[in-house]
Amino acid sequence: MDINKIVKEHTVKKASVKNCVSAFISGGLIGAFGQFLLEFYQSLFDLSEANSVALMVISIIFIAAILTGLCLYDKMAQKCGAGVFIPISGFANALTSCALEGKSEGLIFGIGSNMFKLAGSVLTYGISTAYLLGIVRYFFNI
Amino acid sequence: MKTLKFDNVYLLSSASVANRIENQGPLRGQFDAFYEDFYCGEKSYEQGEIRMLRDSFNLALSKNNIKLDDVDLVYGGDLINQLGISHYFMKNIGIPFIGLYGACSTSCLAAINASIAMQNNGVDCVATFCCSHNATAERQFRYPNEYGAQKPVTTTSTVTGAGTMIFSKQKSNIKLTQCTIGKVCDFDFKEVNDMGSAMAIAAYDTLIEHFKNTKTKFIDYDLVLTGDLSNIGLAVLKDMFTVQKYQDLDRLNDCGLLIYDIKKQNVFSGGSGCGCSMLVTIADVFKKLEKMTYKKVLICATGALLSNVMIQQKMSIPSIAHCVVYERV
Repeated sequence: MDINKIVKEHTVKKASVKNCVSAFISGGLIGAFGQFLLEFYQSLFDLSEANSVALMVISIIFIAAILTGLCLYDKMAQKCGAGVFIPISGFANALTSCALEGKSEGLIFGIGSNMFKLAGSVLTYGISTAYLLGIVRYFFNI
Repeated sequence: MKTLKFDNVYLLSSASVANRIENQGPLRGQFDAFYEDFYCGEKSYEQGEIRMLRDSFNLALSKNNIKLDDVDLVYGGDLINQLGISHYFMKNIGIPFIGLYGACSTSCLAAINASIAMQNNGVDCVATFCCSHNATAERQFRYPNEYGAQKPVTTTSTVTGAGTMIFSKQKSNIKLTQCTIGKVCDFDFKEVNDMGSAMAIAAYDTLIEHFKNTKTKFIDYDLVLTGDLSNIGLAVLKDMFTVQKYQDLDRLNDCGLLIYDIKKQNVFSGGSGCGCSMLVTIADVFKKLEKMTYKKVLICATGALLSNVMIQQKMSIPSIAHCVVYERV
């Protein structure tokens, strides 16, 4: 009897198409909402585009963190997948969820140490890559 | 390994404590108590789990007017590192204690150990318990509870609940008659989001061993229950028995599918955790044995023995299963 063969027969296929479609729609909606905020801030507060971008990003982060605290973000992520994981809101959720989880172990060993548990990889490789490309660019002056 | 036979192990009392989601499932109202949320009135999830365990222990004692001093020995376990829940609960009890880790197979593992102690070592009354908690298990084995990861449908949902059984030499309606201790099995399976398939081989191995030793088949039991294979693992197991030409597979079911309604509840492919088999055994099987709906039930609790560190080192998921037979006297 070949157990691997039996297990393979029962392997559930990943709903890739469905996941792609829901990610495309939900990611698109977040993007559209970001664009709306961007233009809204520009016209309302008479800000430059760069300043509005910063304010828009902060707003998205704020909303994502609030939704995480209200136990809604993980339910959204189950449906939307990469659509809410890839934008900055996903990063905000990683930080907030880890901080919330560490709450019971106190400020230092709980929230402080745990906050970057998942987002740490993003920072490590994000900053390393930025440095590496910066050096390449400096020498080759692209 | 031989199948061990016991002639003086009786179930004196048992109690189960569940949480809201379990009490919304098919076993609604069958639990002795349930809590509405994960904190159970405590400050953290872990302390909530301890509270559920304490409640189940106290309920099991009070149901049959058993005094704490009558209990000679306690076996128990949970899923948390260093058996944190069990040890922090037992520190206030003052009865000799042996902590067990068999992942989700702990319910049967504890019953087996209790029976061995009573059969061979003259111990008269032994309590066994185990508990699991969705939020504490989630944060230890997977991601933070509020982290937005998209879980595949093959994932199982850890049952939040605790159960205590008290065995004694004093005759009662339910008797623990046989048990088969399982081996650690592994077929190089690495998908942590499909533990049902990983454990199917252990369940198969132990059940086949049990059937061979006792010269029985599925038809000899009113029900054969696996611990927490979920619908995928159970389908794999059924296929393995079909290949070996075993019949009456309709008698085979899984605790993870009995505790939740996987079509209506948002639990992916079924329940898991050591509370799963414990709650189903106490809230469903024992009650039906008592009412004579069943006369002989075989429970095969399954455990995925994965360690986070080993998984990160790209190792596979070993698994284990232990069988226990309960009979109506």
